[in-house]
Amino acid sequence: MNKLENRMNELKRAGKKALIAFLTAGDPNLAVSAKLLNVLAENGADVIELGVPFSDPLADGPVLQASAVRALAAGITLDDVFLLAVRFCEKFATPLVLLAYYNTIYRRGVEQFCREAAEAGFSAIVVPDLPYEEAGRLDLATASTGLINIRFLAPTTRESRMERICKSSAGFIYCVTVTGVTGQRSSLDPGMQTLLAKARKYTDLPLALGFGISTPEQAATAAAAADAVIVGSALVAQIENVKDPAEKCVVAGTFISSLKRAIEGGTQEFA
Amino acid sequence: MKDSGRFGIFGGRYVPETLIQALDELEGAYLAARVDEAFQHAYNEVLLNYVGRPTLLYRAERLSAKLGGATILLKREDLNHTGAHKINNALGQALLAKRMGKKRLVAETGAGQHGVAAATAAALFGMECVVYMGEQDMGRQALNVFRIRMLGAEVVPVCSGSATLKDAANEAIRAWVTNCRDTFYLLGSAVGPHPYPTLVRDLQSVIGKEARAQSLQLLGRLPDILIACVGGGSNAIGLFHPFLADETVRMIGVEPAGKGLETQEHAATLTMGTPGILHGTLSYLLQDEYGQISPVHSVSAGLDYPGVGPEHSYLKSIGRAEYATITDEEALAAFALLTRTEGIIPALESAHAVAHAVKIAPQYDSETVILVNLSGRGDKDVQAVAKLREVAAG
Repeated sequence: MNKLENRMNELKRAGKKALIAFLTAGDPNLAVSAKLLNVLAENGADVIELGVPFSDPLADGPVLQASAVRALAAGITLDDVFLLAVRFCEKFATPLVLLAYYNTIYRRGVEQFCREAAEAGFSAIVVPDLPYEEAGRLDLATASTGLINIRFLAPTTRESRMERICKSSAGFIYCVTVTGVTGQRSSLDPGMQTLLAKARKYTDLPLALGFGISTPEQAATAAAAADAVIVGSALVAQIENVKDPAEKCVVAGTFISSLKRAIEGGTQEFA
Repeated sequence: MKDSGRFGIFGGRYVPETLIQALDELEGAYLAARVDEAFQHAYNEVLLNYVGRPTLLYRAERLSAKLGGATILLKREDLNHTGAHKINNALGQALLAKRMGKKRLVAETGAGQHGVAAATAAALFGMECVVYMGEQDMGRQALNVFRIRMLGAEVVPVCSGSATLKDAANEAIRAWVTNCRDTFYLLGSAVGPHPYPTLVRDLQSVIGKEARAQSLQLLGRLPDILIACVGGGSNAIGLFHPFLADETVRMIGVEPAGKGLETQEHAATLTMGTPGILHGTLSYLLQDEYGQISPVHSVSAGLDYPGVGPEHSYLKSIGRAEYATITDEEALAAFALLTRTEGIIPALESAHAVAHAVKIAPQYDSETVILVNLSGRGDKDVQAVAKLREVAAG
């Protein structure tokens, strides 16, 4: 079984919620990025989502756009992202999910991309601009390389499509909490409860909430409602203005452990 | 989906999940409107009595004589209300938005012609309108920024990336994702996710339908060669599409070679690019080996785009249309030539099409008819051209 599926199952059996932490690979450079990944794993991230920086990230808000710009300015390429994963997997068992816009995958060659991602140690791929209907080729390529193609549900997803998406999913389902792009919000959309309830009718897979979860309090609320919480922009926002790499790692570690505590505590408060 | 939204392998829908519902709604509304007499009547009415269609098919005798070759006809889209072909599409989409009960429009713009057209449609139908425009383009097309604001629309400057059309489209799509329940994305070219390339092509096909009928009336036959500039490619596809079944008619799309194809500073997507995904569609792209979108350049803001409509990629792949290139310098020379010989100031975009006609016309005799789509007027460019001349004069 896939490393990501194993981890999600273990957590489920233990009655725990998963914390999925996102970072753009290579922001601000390869060396610091490698250290930050270690820090996330050491401070309670159950799964790490690593983004390939892309020049035109149309699903991302200002924080992750700026993050991609920094990584690209540092000259980070897809090959560097694979290398980061290889190094990380030598030391940690934390499952890695690769986030890439579809042009990155298409340009490398869908099949070759999946082979290389699997070899580098990734367990799954998430593609923010590839809806279910266009995913046929990537589904075949991920299946034949032991990867999972993580699918999205949004507050606007019709129930008839939701059923098809849920039934063809594996690993977890990425539930978008808001109609919008990634980035922090002052409050969570109450519509997320409706989305989760509908999705639950069609699947037993873990449901992960992402987009806009910014604070430990929001993480706790999200964890109480779902099986996993994805935090990206808020993490990047914590560290983007910290210049010193060692200090950056401390800030990232502190933030991740505060999210982890909130998620574990929050489960009980809302039960 | 009733229509796969594919042109060969090109096209499709590569967008975040959040937008699928909005695209399905748009497709459903468009398919219904396409066969609805009341909608077609309202659209034709506004083209006739507001835009001022049909536009003229003008025989450019002095230009033809000066070049000493083929007979050149100009399809005068510059005579449309607001000065370019963009209004055909903007009014059609705004009518569709109205039919769908949407009261707010978002649009991207490069040269500002689509921004003006969208703002005009919003004023005419009493809608709210937000136009995203790259900061660099706001500088070189300042006149259109004023026009858009005077029409009551909001202009949002976009500073990300190259601060041009591509980045404005990214921002417009992000704004649409955020407000997709009540906002209509009024896309300005035949690009983007399905159904936009088909929708925009159909709305712009009025150009080719008129040109075809006018040629038959004026000459008793079809033209031999069609020429149109290609950025996203909406004026070109609008001209070409009604002629696709006419096998004797050659079609040439003209891309901006900027400072030269041997430099990195051009936007000749079909000529120099490779297939990839940008703004929701699979089409030719200017990109690097890792799929990062390349910075592009053209003297004309409306052609300064690293992608192209998927139907053009398809027409190139099957060899039905050809794609040529014209440099900034050649376009500026054609801008001056048409102005002096015919008293018509073309948009810098359209000057690329004129320049290609100038280049090939001497190879033919006057029996050969070249029909050039003069997609817009050049008033918006006068200031920028004057500035370029000052620089050239030192």
